[in-house]
Amino acid sequence: MKRLVARSLSIDLGSRRALSGVDLAFESGRFAVIVGPNGAGKTTLLRSLAGLVTPAAGAVTLDGEPVARLRAADRARAIAYLAQNGGVAWPLPVRDVVALGRLPHGERPDSLGGAGSRAVEDAMAAADVRDFADRPATELSGGERARVLLARALATKAPVLLADEPVAALDPRHELMVLEVLRAQARAGALVVAIMHNLTLAARFADEIVLLDRGRLQAHAPPAEVFTPEKLAASFGISAHVSQETGGLVVVAESPLPQA
Amino acid sequence: MTPGGAVAIAEASTQSVLMPASRPSLIASLAILLAALSLASLAVGPAPIPVVAAAKALVSDQGSAGVVVREIRLPRTILALLVGWILGLTGAALQGLLRNPLADTSVFGAQQAGALGAVLVLYFGLVGALSWALPVAAIAGALVSIAVVVAVAGRNATVVVLVLAGLAVGSLAGAGTSLAISLSPNPFAVTEIVFWLLGSFEDRSMTHVWLALPFILAASALVLAAAPSLRALALGEETAQSLGVDLRRLRLLVVAGAAVGTGASVAVAGSIGFVGLVAPHLVRPLVGYDPARTLVPAGLAGAALLLAADCAVRLIPSGTEVRIGVLTAILGVPLFLWVIARRKAELAETPA
Repeated sequence: MKRLVARSLSIDLGSRRALSGVDLAFESGRFAVIVGPNGAGKTTLLRSLAGLVTPAAGAVTLDGEPVARLRAADRARAIAYLAQNGGVAWPLPVRDVVALGRLPHGERPDSLGGAGSRAVEDAMAAADVRDFADRPATELSGGERARVLLARALATKAPVLLADEPVAALDPRHELMVLEVLRAQARAGALVVAIMHNLTLAARFADEIVLLDRGRLQAHAPPAEVFTPEKLAASFGISAHVSQETGGLVVVAESPLPQA
Repeated sequence: MTPGGAVAIAEASTQSVLMPASRPSLIASLAILLAALSLASLAVGPAPIPVVAAAKALVSDQGSAGVVVREIRLPRTILALLVGWILGLTGAALQGLLRNPLADTSVFGAQQAGALGAVLVLYFGLVGALSWALPVAAIAGALVSIAVVVAVAGRNATVVVLVLAGLAVGSLAGAGTSLAISLSPNPFAVTEIVFWLLGSFEDRSMTHVWLALPFILAASALVLAAAPSLRALALGEETAQSLGVDLRRLRLLVVAGAAVGTGASVAVAGSIGFVGLVAPHLVRPLVGYDPARTLVPAGLAGAALLLAADCAVRLIPSGTEVRIGVLTAILGVPLFLWVIARRKAELAETPA
């Protein structure tokens, strides 16, 4: 059971305050999705949850321990982080890229242990990348590469998984598959936090929604409570139609509102 | 089984046929190549000595041939191996650090800057050409240039920015060296410096070997300590950090290793470009492109390249011996241009 908490978290990027006074708590077994307009501070929040940025004020703690003070290897084993628009610099075979997720366990791609090879195979199966396991990662399409990098994050088998726009480059089928994988991770006991732009899919898959706007937390609640026309108008500046369908909540953005 | 599955399996099996040879066998082949080249290097020169006699001369007295082998060709061979090794190794490490196959100390102006450091020490008559101060000054020059290039280019610089920054630093260092030479009161010293700047292993003694060896060992240790982190860096700085890599330590190790290695090389052999660019390029496909597994084979390939080049300059008929730095540039620059031409599209926007 893991508990990831941000307490009065403020982050400065250069001279700009990217996050101010954010209080949040996430727990194992839950799939949380962060939404918000461009520049709201979503990526900054996720990076600080991963312990990759130093807060200007406040702190992020994992089970009460500040993530900034964890040993790098311990933090890497506890928190897997999937960066936005990640690339692979060299034409490494897909399998070796996925195996990089085992580095925090001290396992190198050419010397995986039994648990390591199993984790790599499971991750490749979950992200549906086994068909091109031996191809160079640089020769894949954007969506294929995104799934390979997701498999890399899954291979760590960390109890906390943070993913920055994991479905941004994917076709609808793989979008659904990846979201199912993330939800399954949560059901299996992981703490999963992802950033998404597709509000309807966010509503369908997430247990809880975090709504950010201009660096401030606007809401942290189940989808039906966050995706209301009023809240969407206030944060996204859109007039939206929200309806309950059989597949779940459907959010349709109808028109941009004039700037207040 | 689905047709797609069958295709996937067929593809996988062709690829396993093309799988790179195992790394130990690659390292063993390179080691055998180095042994053969070393024997050739002991045998080749103005007075050719049969290979067997040259090998015997290492361990027993063989008269004048023995003196030539032990006093002239052995130091030269060891130096070429050491300098080639460290140039190949640091080239591979810098390429891993900047995630770019065009990174190298010679592209960053580090050799010119190292030469400037050494020339200044010599020019002001601070020390003789065989003092510890010479490599130290060259290392300081190289360190400043690499640090300036990496700092100016920044974390997300494109390779264009990197190469431009390197060009600027190298030009400035070159101008400083020219200035020192122009102001030099001793024309004989000028000729010496100019020839030395072109790079050569001619007339080196074991003193040069002892001068360079500790620095080259230290540089190797620094760079090899960075290997596991370089592997994670293939996924970008943010992901590497999330995998537990300490980026500051990694940059420090590679930049310091490259500077110490380049400075030591420049101090004993002058400026020899493009070995660090070519060597990693040759071995990378053989080790599955893993930046950590590239390091040692790249160093061995660098040693083999430089030793082969040093044998070649002794065989090319010419008045004075062709400078090895000239030869490596003639061979290396076309490859550099070829890599640029092949990767033009991605180089335009890839952050280095």
